[in-house]
Amino acid sequence: MAAGDVVLRADNLRAHYVLDVPGGQKTVRAVDGVSIAVRRNEIYGIAGESGCGKSTLMKALYAWINRPLRLVEGTVYYTKDGKEFDIYALSKQELRRLRWTFMAYVPQGAMSIFNPVIKIKETYRDFLSSHLKGKTVNEMFEMAKEHIDQLGLPLSILDAYPHQLSGGMRQRVAIALAALLHPSVIFADEPTTALDVVVQRGVVQLLKDIQESLHNTIILVTHDMGIHANIADRLAIMYAGKIIEEGATEEIFKNPLHPYTQFLINSLPQFGDTSERVSAPGQPPSLANLPLGCAFHPRCPMAMPICKERQPEATVSGEHQVACWLHAEGREAEHAAHS
Amino acid sequence: MAMSFGSTLKELFRDYRFAVAFILLCLLITLAVMSFFAPHDPTLWYTAPRDLPPSRQHILGTTSRGQDVFWQAAFAIRNSLIISAIAGIVSRVIAVAVGLVAGYQGGKSDRILMFITDGFLVIPLFLIIVMLAMLIRDKMNIFTTGLLLAVFGWAWDARVIRAQVLSLREREFTRTAILSGSRTLELVSKEYMPYITPLAFSTLINNMSWAIGMEMTLSIVGLTNMDIPTLGTMLKWALNYQAILMRRWNWVLTPVMLSVFLFIALYWMSVSISEYLDPRTRVQRVGVE
Amino acid sequence: MPAGCTRKGEKPNMQPILETSGLTKVFYRGSLLARDRIVAVDKVSFAMHRGEVFTLAGESGCGKTTVARMILGFEQPTAGEIIYAHNQEKWHPRVWFTQRIQAVFQNPFETFNPLRKVEGYLFETVRNYGLAKNRSDAVELINAKLEAVGLSYGEIEGRYPSEFSGGQLQRISIARSLLVDPSVLIADEPVSMVDASIRMSIVNLFKRLRNELNMGILYITHDLATAYYLGGQIAIMFRGNVMEMGPVQEVLMRPLHPYTKLLRESIPEADPAKRWRGRISIAETEQEEYLRAGCKFAGRCPMVMDICKVQAPETVAVEGVLVKCHLYTKPKEETKEVS
Repeated sequence: MAAGDVVLRADNLRAHYVLDVPGGQKTVRAVDGVSIAVRRNEIYGIAGESGCGKSTLMKALYAWINRPLRLVEGTVYYTKDGKEFDIYALSKQELRRLRWTFMAYVPQGAMSIFNPVIKIKETYRDFLSSHLKGKTVNEMFEMAKEHIDQLGLPLSILDAYPHQLSGGMRQRVAIALAALLHPSVIFADEPTTALDVVVQRGVVQLLKDIQESLHNTIILVTHDMGIHANIADRLAIMYAGKIIEEGATEEIFKNPLHPYTQFLINSLPQFGDTSERVSAPGQPPSLANLPLGCAFHPRCPMAMPICKERQPEATVSGEHQVACWLHAEGREAEHAAHS
Repeated sequence: MAMSFGSTLKELFRDYRFAVAFILLCLLITLAVMSFFAPHDPTLWYTAPRDLPPSRQHILGTTSRGQDVFWQAAFAIRNSLIISAIAGIVSRVIAVAVGLVAGYQGGKSDRILMFITDGFLVIPLFLIIVMLAMLIRDKMNIFTTGLLLAVFGWAWDARVIRAQVLSLREREFTRTAILSGSRTLELVSKEYMPYITPLAFSTLINNMSWAIGMEMTLSIVGLTNMDIPTLGTMLKWALNYQAILMRRWNWVLTPVMLSVFLFIALYWMSVSISEYLDPRTRVQRVGVE
Repeated sequence: MPAGCTRKGEKPNMQPILETSGLTKVFYRGSLLARDRIVAVDKVSFAMHRGEVFTLAGESGCGKTTVARMILGFEQPTAGEIIYAHNQEKWHPRVWFTQRIQAVFQNPFETFNPLRKVEGYLFETVRNYGLAKNRSDAVELINAKLEAVGLSYGEIEGRYPSEFSGGQLQRISIARSLLVDPSVLIADEPVSMVDASIRMSIVNLFKRLRNELNMGILYITHDLATAYYLGGQIAIMFRGNVMEMGPVQEVLMRPLHPYTKLLRESIPEADPAKRWRGRISIAETEQEEYLRAGCKFAGRCPMVMDICKVQAPETVAVEGVLVKCHLYTKPKEETKEVS
């Protein structure tokens, strides 16, 4: 599955929440200088624990910025039909036309998006009628049925009310809904959280099927490294609002460079092995109160003096990028070693 | 959310509705307090020349009964506020008690209490109040009026509070409290009251508005003790003396305008406090600057 | 009749601290006209001992949380018994039980009332169970328990739940339950909502409690990897039935029941080389599965036989593991042929 050209590009993206608190304002730097390039025909994973800013990154990429969230800096470019455009330069109408047809977003807890008083098939019909003109009600029901069947979901769900389905089933129905109009980019925010292993596997299988049949891009955000290992082609690790490591999935698991990534991978219990597993010490930092220099240095067992002062830039070795002074190239490394 | 009272007040003042309501209420309460310094007993007639227009001696003129309109208004506003305060507070106490017990205990107690509550909600209040007022008219004073209104003002809010308690009962921290060994009374007062109190407070203000309006209605219909000056009785006296026909606007409009200001103040205060307590609208206020 | 399992060749060296016998819970769903009888917990029997972790594993909707709620007294069983330390006859008030059986729940942010300071619950527990004579003794006791979980009284004093992270709140919750020195701690999905990077530190905490305080831990989860890591006994539940029960190593490394095999395979391993092979199909809704006659798993079982759809299997012992599956019940046809 060869990945194609770039379909989505973000440059130095900064999105902050500005909150009103007694005695002034509090700025939560949820996305703090993120630059990524996602390609066609690939599954791009973004990993990181809760509170690292990954959901906000998704919203920023999808141009879903509502107060108190603000886009402070940076650009987001999409490529459609060979042409590149800035998503933030579009008018509201143009954006609305693109949503669901070119890019789709499956939010966290998507199982709750359904209107509880109407049947699932009505939601599908509603969805279709607002994006496609000139189809009768029956034609739309047929389209929905075909789509569901193709994806391996039971047809009986269409005649059901949301509360009659379990959370996992609803999640899959929501993902199927997002893929209904064959979007080129699908954002999935924690699609497997709060689901059990078997249902989780069903959701991941569904995402894989969709990607394989549409040859589109799926950007998957989850803290579960096991899911990324199973489905992601490339993986980015996010910490405190920044991407600290990025590369092909196999490469990252085989050879994690950043100390945080190493902790993340090594702390996961494996079957057949009851040896002691250790998590990263300390707590993740509050995004409203980030430490100076590298955000991970208070917890890093290999912190050097330079880590406390300056933020590391991402260094590239082939496809594998990492933002850490331990792996800084050129003169930076010399400075790091001497200070 | 441990914010001090001062900062809370500052926050609230950013809402123009609260600011205006607060100022209005302060003015009205000042007027009520001034009644303690009134030169005459308000129930006496002919303490001043009749039907005088506003002048330096009588700021709002005098009534056909020979009373100073200004001082009458001061007493009227004071008594109306007291009646509505009694009605509001007593009905809150009943509503909270009923709502808490019915919501938390459930089962039979819930069914019995809701049966009674629904009874109060369904029966035509106005007719019953009219009947009762006719029966005890002679013994009516501000306290009994307040209590009468209280008895009919709790039913709706008891249901609202019960609904809140029902949802709180299902939350995880109820289980934590039970595991911590809390008995019912302690659980309900420590865990639920912080949620119930803002609810009770905002419904208090609504209830006070309703009580003032109800009192005025009863007075117009002639069912309250006319000797006690309230906004309602003042208006009733004016109507009795054909003040509209005789174009004695100072007498008629004073209670009317005062009650309008009072309603606006109470309504805006209730709305702004409810909005303030609702976390969702707070978030939207950021980014306006 | 409790069905405790022993490790091969070992004799039970102490009496079970907590047993259930034929525990059953039936719910009725639907309106007056069309009611469904859902057996959420179907004659579940198990026994757990002090100094042991007993895992109750299964998907959401399998009944494991209902079992926990019945043990804690939040639900009334429809049938069956819950026996604490062989104390069958005497009636005790609820406080007697909560002094011996405590619990930690899944959502750390919901465990405490957001409008109250967390220390309130700690002091309340001390006061209600008469654990200290005056305030300074209470503070000492609370501090001791907090230190046992890696925190201190100074860190939590005067603070509200919103000021802590999920991991810290779970620790405070565990400390609160330790105040009464319970013999049994029920942990209902304690780490599923905690960040991946600190999850293992809390699981390690449970290990220490088991070892140092000889506590019996009823660990409810759908995460089999942490269950394996903790060791002890495990019962796999599906739609109200215990499908397989035995020592964790046996059940997870050499699963007998097809459902256990499916669960085991569906765990996403954090290793791209161990991706899922094969597909699964979840064709029925949860409610349909509950209402099945015969074995509840028949709709999804890759080894389903005709008898599975009609008759529910009996529990059989196979080399120290109890399993409920027609694959292992002695076929009656054989005995007929012999005679």
